[in-house]
Amino acid sequence: MTSAITNKTTGPRNIFFVLLTTLKGMASRPSGVVGLVLVAFHIVLAITSPAIVPYDFKEMTVQKILKAPSAEHWFGTDVLGRDVLTRTMLGGQQALFVTSIAAVIAVTWGGLLGVLLGLVGGRFDDLLMRVVDAFLAIPWILFLLLIIAMVGTGSIVLIPTLAFFYGIPVIRIVRAATHDVVARDFVTAARARGESRSTLVRRELFPNILDVLLVEGAMRWSWMLLSFSSLSFLGFGVTPPTADWGLMISDSRAFMSIAPWTALAPITALSSLIIGLNLSADALAKTLGVDRAQKAPV
Amino acid sequence: MFILIIRRVLLGLLTLLLVSGIVFVTVEALPGDPCTAYLGRMAQGQRLENCRQNFDLDTPALTRYISWAIGTLHGDFGISLKRNKSISSIVIPRLRNTLLLGFAASVIGIPISILLGIVAGLWRDRPVDLWVSSTAIFAMTIPEFVSATLLILIFSIWLGWFPGIVTTRPDAPLFEFLSDILLPIIVLALVMAAHILRMVRTSVIDVMASDYVEMARLKGVPYWRMVFRHVLPNALLPTINLVALTIGWLLGGVVVIEVVFNYPGLGRLMVDAVSDRDLAMVQIIALILAAIYVTLNLLADLLVLFANPRLRTMRTQVRP
Repeated sequence: MTSAITNKTTGPRNIFFVLLTTLKGMASRPSGVVGLVLVAFHIVLAITSPAIVPYDFKEMTVQKILKAPSAEHWFGTDVLGRDVLTRTMLGGQQALFVTSIAAVIAVTWGGLLGVLLGLVGGRFDDLLMRVVDAFLAIPWILFLLLIIAMVGTGSIVLIPTLAFFYGIPVIRIVRAATHDVVARDFVTAARARGESRSTLVRRELFPNILDVLLVEGAMRWSWMLLSFSSLSFLGFGVTPPTADWGLMISDSRAFMSIAPWTALAPITALSSLIIGLNLSADALAKTLGVDRAQKAPV
Repeated sequence: MFILIIRRVLLGLLTLLLVSGIVFVTVEALPGDPCTAYLGRMAQGQRLENCRQNFDLDTPALTRYISWAIGTLHGDFGISLKRNKSISSIVIPRLRNTLLLGFAASVIGIPISILLGIVAGLWRDRPVDLWVSSTAIFAMTIPEFVSATLLILIFSIWLGWFPGIVTTRPDAPLFEFLSDILLPIIVLALVMAAHILRMVRTSVIDVMASDYVEMARLKGVPYWRMVFRHVLPNALLPTINLVALTIGWLLGGVVVIEVVFNYPGLGRLMVDAVSDRDLAMVQIIALILAAIYVTLNLLADLLVLFANPRLRTMRTQVRP
C-alpha cells in the first residue's frame, strides 16, 4: 500500500537500478563521459597492469640509469635503472586500493552516525557536533601526521585513519540531509500510518539520502586520493620499492634537470586520475541534483 | 553586539581547548607512547624506564595534560626528544618563516584572485571567464606538490628564472629569504587564488541576478556605478569568511609545499619530526597551526560582524 504523498521509493527500485540510471545520467554530460572514461581506464589499468607490464618494477639495471625514452623503454628509466612505464602503470594500485576502501568505510560510518544524530537530536547531538566542529577546525594533514608519527604507516594504518577523518564531515552533511527529509510530508504520512522506526529509516529516509551519500562518497574518494598521494610524496605512504606516483615524483625531483621524464610520467598519470575523479563527482552531483558547492570546505 | 562578540570569542577558545584535547588524546589513545615511538625497536628494559621517567609518563594522563597545556600557554613547549633542545628555540624561527611565506602569498594572492573573480563573474561565460575558471579548476584539482614540481621544472630548470629550492638557514634574517621565496609564494598564491576566485565569481553572479540589481538596472544606474555601489559590496561580504578558511587551509598545503621547496618552515619541521618520531614536537606544531587556523576564522567572523549590520542584532543572528 503506497501513501498518497509519494516519495522516491514508489515502484520497484533497487540500488542497482538507481546506480544504472545514475551512470546513464552522468554519461549524458560531456564532462561526465571524460571523467568516467578516465576513472574506468585507471581502474582497469590498476587491475590488469601486473599481468601486462613490460618489465619487473623493481628490476634495477646499472647500465640503464636515467636513459631517455626509447623504443625499448617508452618512458625512459629512473635513477636505479628501472623502467618508468612499468612503474607508472603500477603506481596507482596502492592509492586506488587504499582510498576506495577508505572512502566506502568513511561514507558508511559517517552516514550512520549522521542519520542517528539527525534522528535523535537533543543534548547528545549538541555535544557530538561540537566535537565534530573541533575536528573540522584543523587541516587533515596535521592529524594524519600525528598518527603516523605515533604508529607508523602502511595500508593497515592509512585505511582506518583516512576513513575516520574523512567520515567526520560526512556526519555533518548527512545529519543536515536527515533533518531535511524527516521534516517532509511523506515521512509524517508514514509515521501516521504507524510504520516502525526501522521501516521509516529503511523505506523513507535511506532512499532519499542515497543521493547525498553517493556524491559524498565520490568527493571523499577524490580528496582521499589527494591526501594519499601527498602522504606518499612526503614519504609516509608506501614503502619502497613499491611503485607509487607520489613517491616516484618525490624521488624524481633530484634528477629533474637531466631526466624530466621520471617526473612527468607519474605527474601525468596522477593528474589524469584526479581530474577524472573530480569530473565524475561533479557530473554525479549535477545528475542527482545535489548542490556540491555548499560542501566545499575540508 | 557586544554579547555576540564575547560569545564568538568564547566559542573560538572552546574550539581551541577541544583541539588541544584531541591532539593530546590521540597520542594517549593509540598504542604506544612517545618513548616507544621514539626508541622504536630499542624500547625495552632500562632504556624505556629511563625515558618514561624523564618525561613523567608514569603520572596520570590528566595531570600531564594540564601541565602540558599550561606550559604551552606560557610558551614553554617542552623538550624535543630527538634534538635534546627546548622545542620553542627550534619552533619559533620556523614559525616566523612560515608566517612570512603565508603572509606574502596572501598579500599577492588575495587581491589578484578577488579581481579575477569579479572579472570572471561580470563577464560570465565569455572567453575571459572560461579561461580564468578552467585554469582555476585545474589549479584546485591538482595536488600542490604536482603543481609545485611542474613550476620548478618550467621556471627554474627550463627557464632558469628562480632558484628551485631554498638554501637559506632557518634563522637567517628575513631579507635573505626574499630572493629564494618567490616560487613557493607563487605556488601558494596560485592554489589559494583558485579557491577564492571561484567563490567570488559565484557570489558576483548570484548578486547580479538579484532583485535589487535588476531594480538598479531598470532605474537607469550607469553600469559601473551599479557594479561598484550595488553589486560588489554585497558580493564580497561572504568571501571574507572564505578567505580566512582558505588561508587556514593553506596551512595544510604549506606542509607539502615547504617540503617541495626545502623551505625551513614549520611544515617541513613537522614532517622531519614525524620521520624522527618526535611526538612532542609534532603535537606542538599541530597545535600551533590549529591555533592559527582558529584565530583566522575568529577574526573573519568578527570582521563580518562589523561589516554587515544585518548580523548585529541577536534576533537575526545566523552563525556562519
